[in-house]
Amino acid sequence: MSIKKVRTHISPNEALLFERSSPGKKAYQLPALDVPPVDPRAALGAQNVRAEIEGFPEVSEVEAIRHFTRLSTWNYAIDHGMYPLGSCTMKYNPRVNELVARTEGLAWAHPYQPESLSQGVMEVMAHLESALLEITGMDAVTLQPAAGAQGELTGILLIRALLAQQGNPRKKILIPDSAHGTNPATAAIAGYVVENIRSDEHGLLDLAALEKSVTEDVAGLMVTNPNTLGVFESRIIAAAEVLHRKGALLYMDGANMNALVGIARPGDFGVDVMHLNLHKTFSTPHGGGGPGGGPVAVKKELEPFLPVPRLKRDGDRWTFDYDRPFSIGKVKAFYGNFGVLVRALAYILAHGGNGLRAATMDAVLNANYIRKKLEPFFDLPYALPNMHEVVFSDERQARLGVRTGDIAKRLIDYGFHPYTVSFPLIVRGAMMIEPTETEGKVELDLFIDAMISIAKEIETEPETVKTAPHLTRTSRVDEVKAARKPVLKWTPASP
Amino acid sequence: MRYLPKSDSERREMLEACGVENPEDLFAHLPEAVRLKRPLQLAPGISEYEIVDYFRRRGDRNANGYASFLGAGVYRHYRPVLVDTVVARGEFLTSYTPYQAEISQGTLTTIFEFQTMICQLTGMDVANASMYDGSTGLAEAALMAARLTSKGGLLVARSVHPEYQEVLQTYAKNQGMPITEFDYDAETGMADLDDMERKLNDLTAAVIVQSPNFFGVVEDVKRAAVIAHRRGALLVMGFSEAVSLGILEPPQADIVAGELQSFAITPSYGGPYAGIIATREKFARQMPGRLVGETTDTHGNRAFCLTLATREQHIRREKATSNICTNQALIALMATVFMSVYGKQGLRELAEQNLAKAHYLAGKLKPRFSGPFFNEFVVSTDQPDAINAALLDKKIIGGLPLGRFYPELSDAMLLCATEMSHREDMDNLAEVYWRAGNPVRSRLSAGSEPLKGGKD
Repeated sequence: MSIKKVRTHISPNEALLFERSSPGKKAYQLPALDVPPVDPRAALGAQNVRAEIEGFPEVSEVEAIRHFTRLSTWNYAIDHGMYPLGSCTMKYNPRVNELVARTEGLAWAHPYQPESLSQGVMEVMAHLESALLEITGMDAVTLQPAAGAQGELTGILLIRALLAQQGNPRKKILIPDSAHGTNPATAAIAGYVVENIRSDEHGLLDLAALEKSVTEDVAGLMVTNPNTLGVFESRIIAAAEVLHRKGALLYMDGANMNALVGIARPGDFGVDVMHLNLHKTFSTPHGGGGPGGGPVAVKKELEPFLPVPRLKRDGDRWTFDYDRPFSIGKVKAFYGNFGVLVRALAYILAHGGNGLRAATMDAVLNANYIRKKLEPFFDLPYALPNMHEVVFSDERQARLGVRTGDIAKRLIDYGFHPYTVSFPLIVRGAMMIEPTETEGKVELDLFIDAMISIAKEIETEPETVKTAPHLTRTSRVDEVKAARKPVLKWTPASP
Repeated sequence: MRYLPKSDSERREMLEACGVENPEDLFAHLPEAVRLKRPLQLAPGISEYEIVDYFRRRGDRNANGYASFLGAGVYRHYRPVLVDTVVARGEFLTSYTPYQAEISQGTLTTIFEFQTMICQLTGMDVANASMYDGSTGLAEAALMAARLTSKGGLLVARSVHPEYQEVLQTYAKNQGMPITEFDYDAETGMADLDDMERKLNDLTAAVIVQSPNFFGVVEDVKRAAVIAHRRGALLVMGFSEAVSLGILEPPQADIVAGELQSFAITPSYGGPYAGIIATREKFARQMPGRLVGETTDTHGNRAFCLTLATREQHIRREKATSNICTNQALIALMATVFMSVYGKQGLRELAEQNLAKAHYLAGKLKPRFSGPFFNEFVVSTDQPDAINAALLDKKIIGGLPLGRFYPELSDAMLLCATEMSHREDMDNLAEVYWRAGNPVRSRLSAGSEPLKGGKD
């Protein structure tokens, strides 16, 4: 083994806030009250006033900052290095985006402040809408959904609303077996029965199977393109025609739009409705799990059903239109994760049209480079040309008793975040790698070296890999124990 | 293109390794018919300075430098400096969902602390790692109640935030869950629990109230729960003003669904915020959203990891408790830092300041309802738009005229005061309010306008 990227250093221990607390400590000071104080029991009624918040922390400011700083050092992050999580698009998060999202007039804008004092925020939203329409080739877009999964729900409800207006919302949504878990979960919440359709031997949509599955009961197909193997669904136009002939619609999960921006537009290949993940393609930070942004773009026929309100130009000013009788309603209070929208627009402005296309090309180049370099060492179950990500299988390593999850954990010792493990489900022991365009050659080569080195370790010392990670402050975590007897909050040790 | 780190020579080397000459060759497999054959019609990329300038100009076209008495689900509270100091750290900002526990203990530990503090505040046993916001949290709580009771009816107080009600309708409609509204008492502004009891039946899965409610009035959640339980329904309590938890008795509910925007999250024109769901231990397995649990590593050290994932979409697919994947982790971290900074004494003191400010303001005006209120209240006026227009001239954003959501309250507005409200502005507001007692229609001049003119 040769670990080039990292070596160990001291990592601070840190107790939980509650264990650090002691009575009377403070990290705050409020201004002196400029109005008379009020007796809470008199104002609220004695029965409504609580006793002290038992167990709530009491720490000083210095302890608070050290607490969170120490904890932060226990995380891996994009700012540390490559984050090759397939499907997650962990690209660099530009810092100027954070700065502009905190612009006073934007960050402190109240959603109910007068429209005359909101023209700036509304213009930002309108600008982003027009950019997303150009990028997707669709006709209308809503910025309201909070994240990808909520975008999916919005999209399927739009399909349902259109079909219901035509007389029958239908019963089923078709979903390929390579899909993200959110797709079937979404269809179920939207009141549909899920019918899985099998991929063909290349991992692509099986047109013949699709033709058979599309009956008068089918409302639509949810497809990710490029799919979760990173392969472009080359028969997408034909698939759309199959659906449209039977009055069904084509939903595209835009999780992999990073592979298409500036190259191909869903609106040009038959897609009726799609969502975008602003926290993937458009660089807004994942923040340890969120927030996201999940705009939904549609063709004209679905536009009347979009969530209220809709941005509208009225003379020389922007206004919100609530008079939308066919709208599916609201999917979220107010107008969307505006702060995330600001960041996404900042990203688009920084790149411009040509820059966005260049980013797509680099993302695809990076994935192909990794594929070329790792193909001699790992099994590639589907051999079609890939775009922004590549999916290997652990088949060769599994024969020596080492699985994709073990290899992933061993990558940590080499200074990398693991790739996506065991997904998509159509690949046994999947190792799904997405480098994104913001990795340079040096970092990619280090990653490739690490993967090759691990492949060799598996042949000589498989136990090292199977018990990894070894160099982290926390060794392999017992997830089974956590689930068997869940401890979901801190409680004081019994005396 | 400053976010692309490769030099041209590196790019060439890599293309060569891939066995192609041009980057375009890597797209050769795309069918001709799907290709975009022109450049994107977007302006060329701009510099960092121009980006900052672009947004500053947009910001300047908004309500910069105004005092505001708007609440209605979104509150102006001071944000301690530590909050942005912590969330700006790349280790938190640029990390993924903590599935890989060994290198995500930072995020996992803060979520565990978050869950704990939400339980302490709400008096519940279990809290999740966040929902998108208060509105979707409430909708998901309703779906959760339906699963727990195997019933579908929802009985919703009209005093719940109207936009939360709208989101609830969107979610419930396609699950075949009928929604029945129950009224509020015109005298107290509290949910009319007699009306609720009349409408409650054996098919009701959940009774949904909010406290403090949309009018700022504290509800009798305990009594609502007792009535709901008689017919086998669960009591879901929403909240939108989290600071109230610093002083109000923890809710006697089965499921609590709330909005944490008040905990150091900027109004940001409606999002991103962070919602939560908290509940009793026996209901935890029907809860949506991520959960962090305590465990150990192979050396026996305390460690945390995501747990009970069999509720979630990536494992259970169409049988999952929710489709939620991405949540509001970084925003929940803001709330965690906020709660740590204020702590046990600070949150109480903060709540008492809010209470004092709002009662000072209310004392100078004509409150509509007699029920106990925290930092928001409704006042009667037949001139809400004229008052707001006159206030704008003084660089004060007034209250929310309620006719938009409640036709019977078109002669009323909702006002909020927080620790950031100055006495001088409140005095000014009161003066304008009483002056408008004599109609001042002439103040509705061109350029002024009603706050968000009517939806219905």
